[in-house]
Amino acid sequence: MLYDYLLPLLLVLTAAAFMVGRKRALRMAADYGGIRQLHSLPNHYGSMMALACLLPALLLYGIWLSVETSVLDSRIIHELPPTLLSQDAGAQALIINDIKNTVSGNVTVNQDASIEAAAARYQAIQQKSRSAMCIGLLLLAPLSSFIAFRAIKPAFRARNVVEGIIRAALLLCSAVAILTTVGILLSVIFESIRFFKMIPLQDFLFGLSWSPQMAIRADQAGSSGAFGAVPIFAGTFLIAAIAMLVAIPIGLLSAIYLSEFASRGFRTVVKPLLEILAGIPTVVYGFFAALTVAPLIRESGGFFGLSVASESALAAGLVMGIMIIPFVSSLSDDVIHAVPQALRDGSYGLGATKFETVRLVIFPAALPGIVGGVLLAVSRAIGETMIVVMAAGLAANLTANPLKAVTTVTVQIVTLLVGDQEFDSPKTLAAFALGLILFIFTLILNVIALRVVRKYREQYE
Amino acid sequence: MQTGNQDTPFNKEFNKRLKRRYNAERRFKRLGLLAIFIALGFLAFLLSTVISNGYSAFRQTFIQLDIFFEKSYFPNEDLARADYQTIIKSTLREQFPEVTSRQDKQLLYSLVSNGAAFKLMNMVVKNPKLINTRQLVWVPANDDIDMLMKDKIDMSQPESDRRIKDKVFSWVETLASNGRITMKFNTTFFTSGDSREPELAGILGAAKGSFYTLLITLLLSFPIGVAAAIYLEEFAPDNRASAFIEVNINNLAAVPSIIFGLLGLAIFINFWGIPRSTPLVGGLVLTLMTLPTIIIASRASLKSVPPSIREAALGIGASKIQTVFHHVLPLAMPGMLTGTIIGMAQALGETAPLLMIGMVAFIVDIPGSITDPSAVLPVQIYLWADSPERAFTEKTSAAILVLLAFLVVMNAAAVLLRKKFEIKW
Repeated sequence: MLYDYLLPLLLVLTAAAFMVGRKRALRMAADYGGIRQLHSLPNHYGSMMALACLLPALLLYGIWLSVETSVLDSRIIHELPPTLLSQDAGAQALIINDIKNTVSGNVTVNQDASIEAAAARYQAIQQKSRSAMCIGLLLLAPLSSFIAFRAIKPAFRARNVVEGIIRAALLLCSAVAILTTVGILLSVIFESIRFFKMIPLQDFLFGLSWSPQMAIRADQAGSSGAFGAVPIFAGTFLIAAIAMLVAIPIGLLSAIYLSEFASRGFRTVVKPLLEILAGIPTVVYGFFAALTVAPLIRESGGFFGLSVASESALAAGLVMGIMIIPFVSSLSDDVIHAVPQALRDGSYGLGATKFETVRLVIFPAALPGIVGGVLLAVSRAIGETMIVVMAAGLAANLTANPLKAVTTVTVQIVTLLVGDQEFDSPKTLAAFALGLILFIFTLILNVIALRVVRKYREQYE
Repeated sequence: MQTGNQDTPFNKEFNKRLKRRYNAERRFKRLGLLAIFIALGFLAFLLSTVISNGYSAFRQTFIQLDIFFEKSYFPNEDLARADYQTIIKSTLREQFPEVTSRQDKQLLYSLVSNGAAFKLMNMVVKNPKLINTRQLVWVPANDDIDMLMKDKIDMSQPESDRRIKDKVFSWVETLASNGRITMKFNTTFFTSGDSREPELAGILGAAKGSFYTLLITLLLSFPIGVAAAIYLEEFAPDNRASAFIEVNINNLAAVPSIIFGLLGLAIFINFWGIPRSTPLVGGLVLTLMTLPTIIIASRASLKSVPPSIREAALGIGASKIQTVFHHVLPLAMPGMLTGTIIGMAQALGETAPLLMIGMVAFIVDIPGSITDPSAVLPVQIYLWADSPERAFTEKTSAAILVLLAFLVVMNAAAVLLRKKFEIKW
């Protein structure tokens, strides 16, 4: 009962603490000769008291939430009748799950009476622990507010306290970026280690055959469970290479044209239009690739007497290249703009044409930045998912022929993880191993690219 | 010095070379223009494909049935449990008395959609007085009939190869000549959830799922992103830790989105036990994804506020926090909001990480809260694009049009905001 209203109640207490703190500061100040005697603003005293009320309570609530389930589970296992106890950890987890389902009202058909009893017991313990937590919390909040209340004196530096807390909160928010990176690493590394215990690392990195379907029965045919990732890497690079063949020339040429040759009016119209390409969701490109471009390529291939797979690498790569054009062009545009005007003027002064200036002065000067931008684009092409999921194949063929179907790292991650998952089969864990490789590879590309781009900018600043 | 109208060998050579140089420039300019037009051509091709495929989905075919709600069909109290399918079947038999064989009857019943029974049920439950009356009711047609009416079925192919048999075609012609078949605005598409039947499928469920997901994303990523940007731009000491945070943010902005999906699956779902397929977990994943965008935009916006503002505030005795929150932040807010809207637009179009956290399930119900399983618009597009029925291609394109409309509105809002509040110092 109380539990449902806990957070609103806490907020009311906090608001009250703020008012009380503010009042007390004002009254104290009045005794000492007016508001000027206060070190901080009255609101600072109020905020300090509100924070003193809120933060310890929230901390307690958070700790309680994170341990509630595990403590309850272990207690209920202790109290289970011996008929429900099982040696197998998996079976035990199932029983716990049954109990929890019963608690939340999803009653299964064949209900064991002992499970119902356990569920009732579970609910009782949960109720008890929740009430205990509520009472503790509602005692703690006034207590901590009271300590803050006692501290309020005109000489007390409430502003410094409050601002220190705000600063800490700001720091915590920016640490979310680090936590995210750590989270990514943890989530892929642990499952990958489990995977590499089953499949040796060298088999994964250098094996030439990929067929992740594991045999359910020993005598099943065709499900060898081979985890050699070379065909997948080859397919990924093939599609990314096609994409870059489309994106680099078109993106670079249009960036150079727009920044060096185009009139102002042309530039203001065309640049946003090109950026629309970057704003279209990838799933739309995937749909376009699968339903329009792939059949088009197959038909035109048939016209020239070539046999083209309906999920050819060419279709996926081509559309991915289109998607990356604005990426390449806006990054190149930035670096071309960063080339100092003095270099251009010097070149024109020697009598060079615009084209010669671009070719012999601007392009070499901008080259490191352009290379950095291209590396970022490659990393994006390798990590792109929806286009290849919808337009590229599933079978891992080791081929360099763009008219055949190949598969990519991202496609395999999606196919392995969508649907039912068992976290003890190498099939599911392989997705995390692929994710780890993908993360490491794109990380290296990004770090190099970002460093190159920054070095280059510093050079001209 | 002599001007170049004499044909001395030197001038001849010079003029020739000059001409070559200008030709090279002209060629290069043409190449640049060609590149731009190729890119824009692709854009036009993509948009025109989607629009030409999708616009017809906003209209839907309906068939008029002359239904007699005979009392005998309603044996029990509960009107919702009567067999409305039988009513429709007998009405169709009445309307086409010449159909007798079992096989043909099955074909005949396939004229109208399965959703027709629900429509009748809703009518009767709402107004029980309809029983024992004769009503003219427009019910949705089956998706194949819909495709036929939209000229998307090639009737010149041999009968065995097409979805519409000759008999069905003749019935549709009869209906058409009696004015009993028509196209109306497709309200189902905007008011219902997903369905296996193309004519009953709608995007409301996915749109609501997207709304809840984006709500979570906005509520989390905007405050955290702005706070992180303030810390990094205004407070962070110039040391290794700050540099490390910065490298992390720049790198996260370029991490493939699917990796965030793996994080969501391993940590949010498996470790924290947040239910799968819900807007809650989707919003959390998208928050982590959009944070770098918001932080980078917010930092740029803070950087553009001139130092004189800060110095003036500090000079009259404001603390660092007061300076930032009272003076710098309000001036930087428009830029931050613009960055946030752009980040939200990205999140709205994102699909790959949501596949990882189970938002690809087939969900008919329209979600009512952040913990109900739901789809989101881009995932709905992905699901429909995979469906074999011809009619789903049209639905997919129409859903893409809706998604693009949302994106256009969001980006236009960002541009307007920038135009309106941009301060040139």
